[in-house]
Amino acid sequence: MIRVMLPVHLRTLARVDDEVQLEIAAPVTQRRILDALEVAYPVLRGTVRDQATQTRRPLVRFFCCGEDFSHETSDTPLPDAIADGTEPFCIIGAMAGG
Amino acid sequence: MSAVRLLVGTRKGAFVLTSDGKRKDWKVSGPHFAGWEIYHLKGSPVNPNRIYASQSSGWFGQQVQRSDDGGETWEPVGKDFVYDGTPGTHQWYDGTQHPWEFKRVWHFEPSLTDAETVYAGAEDAALFRSTDGAKTWQELPGLREAKGKLWQPGAGGMCLHTILLDPRNPNRIFVAISAAGAFRSDDGGKSWSPINKGLKSPYELPDPTAEVGHCVHRIAMHRSRPDVLFMQKHWDVMRSDNAGDMWTEVSGNLPSDFGFPIDVHAHEPETIYVVPIKSDSEHFPPDGKLRVYRSRTGGNEWEALTKGLPQSDCYVNVLRDAMAVDSLDKCGVYFGTTGGQVYASADAGDTWNAVVRDLPAVCSVEVQTLP
Repeated sequence: MIRVMLPVHLRTLARVDDEVQLEIAAPVTQRRILDALEVAYPVLRGTVRDQATQTRRPLVRFFCCGEDFSHETSDTPLPDAIADGTEPFCIIGAMAGG
Repeated sequence: MSAVRLLVGTRKGAFVLTSDGKRKDWKVSGPHFAGWEIYHLKGSPVNPNRIYASQSSGWFGQQVQRSDDGGETWEPVGKDFVYDGTPGTHQWYDGTQHPWEFKRVWHFEPSLTDAETVYAGAEDAALFRSTDGAKTWQELPGLREAKGKLWQPGAGGMCLHTILLDPRNPNRIFVAISAAGAFRSDDGGKSWSPINKGLKSPYELPDPTAEVGHCVHRIAMHRSRPDVLFMQKHWDVMRSDNAGDMWTEVSGNLPSDFGFPIDVHAHEPETIYVVPIKSDSEHFPPDGKLRVYRSRTGGNEWEALTKGLPQSDCYVNVLRDAMAVDSLDKCGVYFGTTGGQVYASADAGDTWNAVVRDLPAVCSVEVQTLP
């Protein structure tokens, strides 16, 4: 199972208290995770990526195993630790403010 | 015994405040949608337990929430606001043309006759309508044909913030847009005309009497006289006695004619309220005194209402959608501030009390009068 960590705003919106777990076939990519996430939680459509263009919203970041994967392509395979569920795929609201 | 329910949208969530008809003791519920900006909530006049909320975030975009139990529980509904056809362009800050892009919903206006129909005012400025309780939305694109290419955003964004439905004529709708002006449809929203004659904007427009481009902050009407409109413009308080065909200034003796909200007494169509703000760059009350001004003559002659409001060192603002009146007798008047206070008057503005003092900055206040 893939583990997905949502920012608090989206946990509130999706009415989940903790990490989300998703079943995803290999290869595990950003696109496949977000596809599965939006199927499981339709209310999250449009919150992480634009519904029309499928591009990441500007103030959202993706962290995997301590690295920023936000600028990788949607179809780049993610690290094994994400694919086997050892580490969560982290969706982050970017820092803003002072 | 009757009761009132205040729907308060703030920068960090929604709050529902309830009281009996005395309007002295209040129960506070919230924050709902904690951490999200709630630009506006409004209940259906047909089914008061049906409430729509605009929930948005600079990070995660637009959501629409609906309650069918008076704000106790909520469910997400349709959030797909897609401009009709090829959206086209409007003027940008540098004078170039810029594509229309949806950013958020500023205002919901539920139908006066059908609980399933609701209008949404959007940024970039457009009017949407749902006829299935906000599950799906369709744009009324004729509005943007009213010289939309000439519209240009002001500093607050190009938002459609006011929607007035004529209670006598279901085909007549008024809207107001910053910084495009006021518009009217007489065919149920299919086609629209600018209604900005008489407005003068010498500090904002190269042609002070241009047909579009005026920064209208708010318009209001009394439901018994839908042809009489009151407007708080960027500068100037205005009125029209012919459904917007011509406007005349009624700022009179106000200490400043800049401001955001304007509203009309529930039972006295010539009694109106504004909250003067010092200037376009100083969004706080003149002299640090928070004063609501009331005119009982439909403008021009104004009196300051100060009892219970801070009269020194007060530098909050009151945003355009943050004032409302109930329909009890005496009329209740309510407003919220960017400092997080919500003030209530149960005597038409003669005296005021703070219902709450420490909410996040208040974006909007609506009130429902319940049986």
